[in-house]
Amino acid sequence: MIRYIIKRLLLMIPAILATSLIIFVAMNMTGGDPVDSLAPENATEEQIEEIREELGLNDPLLVRYIKYMGGMLHGDLGVSYVTKKDVFATFAERLPATLKLACSSVFVATLVALPLGIYTAIHQNTWKDTGGMIFALFGVSMPNFWLGLMLILFFSLGLGWFPSGGYGGLRNLILPAVTVGLGFAALITRTTRSAMLDVVRQDYMTTARAKGVPEKKVIFGHGLKNALIPIITVIGMQLSNALTGSVLAETVFSWPGVGRLIVDSISKRDTPMVTGSIIMCCILVCIVNVAVDLIYAFFDPRIKAQYAKKG
Amino acid sequence: MAVKNKSEETIQSRSLAQETWRRLLKNKGAVFGMCFLVLLVIVALLSGFLYDYDTQIIQMNMSEALQPPSAAHWFGTDSLGRDIFARVLYGARYSLLIGVGSVTIGLIVGVTLGAIAGFYGGVVDQVIMRCVDVFYSIPNIMIAVVVVSLLGTSTINLLIALCFTCATSFCRIARAAVMTIRDQEYVESAYAMGLPTWKIILKHIIPNCLSPIIVQVTLLIGTTIIAASSLSFLGIGVPSPAPEWGAMLSDGRQHMRDAAYLCVIPGLAIMMTVLALNLLGDGLRDALDPKMKK
Repeated sequence: MIRYIIKRLLLMIPAILATSLIIFVAMNMTGGDPVDSLAPENATEEQIEEIREELGLNDPLLVRYIKYMGGMLHGDLGVSYVTKKDVFATFAERLPATLKLACSSVFVATLVALPLGIYTAIHQNTWKDTGGMIFALFGVSMPNFWLGLMLILFFSLGLGWFPSGGYGGLRNLILPAVTVGLGFAALITRTTRSAMLDVVRQDYMTTARAKGVPEKKVIFGHGLKNALIPIITVIGMQLSNALTGSVLAETVFSWPGVGRLIVDSISKRDTPMVTGSIIMCCILVCIVNVAVDLIYAFFDPRIKAQYAKKG
Repeated sequence: MAVKNKSEETIQSRSLAQETWRRLLKNKGAVFGMCFLVLLVIVALLSGFLYDYDTQIIQMNMSEALQPPSAAHWFGTDSLGRDIFARVLYGARYSLLIGVGSVTIGLIVGVTLGAIAGFYGGVVDQVIMRCVDVFYSIPNIMIAVVVVSLLGTSTINLLIALCFTCATSFCRIARAAVMTIRDQEYVESAYAMGLPTWKIILKHIIPNCLSPIIVQVTLLIGTTIIAASSLSFLGIGVPSPAPEWGAMLSDGRQHMRDAAYLCVIPGLAIMMTVLALNLLGDGLRDALDPKMKK
């Protein structure tokens, strides 16, 4: 098992290398010279050349990339062209806000979607099922930045229950978490329903009922446990999305997360900040994926046996 | 006997497309989605004749700024006095153009690469799919932001930026579909007849794995429309003063307290369009593969 985990962690390396290469090349191809923003207004040719030499901008792209990755191995992601701050420190500063939003939004999504998915599957082809699926369809079709604005309009400007933005305690967290979470809930509901439908018709469910096992235990103990793998997969995918793609909710609610940091840095052509932040996000996503694989083993002994074999 | 033969003939004479169409028409949600989309396309086409872009869509008219919905302005006016109804109708053009355009480019590139990967397997498959995996590991919106900042903000560049995501999706689906049918007997017999590989892929393999691709097309157009409006909302999509729905929402955000309709209406337009596409996509999936209907 431990060998399997190490193997999976090592497999992260090619993914990180490829992602970093694409981002590094793309960011260096974008128009504009970083020296323009770094050099003083009346800088002489010599001064500009000195800055270029200092930043290593005169080296070929591949050499710069290798040097950059070499620095990364020592925990050095470079220094921002714009703020002159250490990239890793800036990322670490923003990370708690992103983790807070990602975890709470996935929590909201699971809290809504899991019971709803099970309920619609049990009541398949009834109005209850149709109602649940319409909710899911609206959730998938709604742009989440618009949902965020509507929540602000109603709960913040209308009822005054929650602040309309900013980073802080639980009251600040509720609206962004619901905004991001409801979009995820739609997908998790669909997956849960579909996975439960696959399971409810199995013979072992009929056998359990015939043995007189209470219906609740049949659904949760026998049904849900066997339907959990695709549900965990989709929850893990949503967590990865929330870690990196909540930029819209962050913008609507002025939430100081990593997504906003990356988009702002891209528009300012801050190459070290963009590259470093995206590599860190990529590492986070890979860790989430490995964690999801390990959770599979926790819920399904067959998968655990497979891992032990592979390891 | 004669009656039986006649009924068999009737069943046989119905093609797959006709059978799918018949099943699709039975699905109320899909019919609603289809009607809404047809109406939207007509509106998008006619808006160019109904309104003059320079004088009625983008020209400022400060004397009529921020007027609430009324008989004269059905959806009210924005902070620059422009009629929201006209702008929402005109905005359908951008959303449909970007949605359909990106998905079409993504479809061509993705299906071609996916078919090659699935058909040849081995090293070719590994190289193509690992590249796709890399694009999958970067959030879609980040790829789009990088591409737009690389190429500059314009409708066409936005369209190109969004087609990357579509291409990777199509590539995965096409590869999976091709892998399941590449070993079928009719493919082998096409080989035995001496047909060139490209012809086998194009004439015998791709037409037989169209169902999942068609479903994905409708669903991805919806996703792309949301992504395009998201980028415009962030200020890096369709440049101002074009009446793109996401950009209109972003403008309206500044007047949320005094003119909430500026935020509500463009968002509803996006949601209804994507909802119609999702209804159609779900209906098509059930119609093309009734076994999938649960």
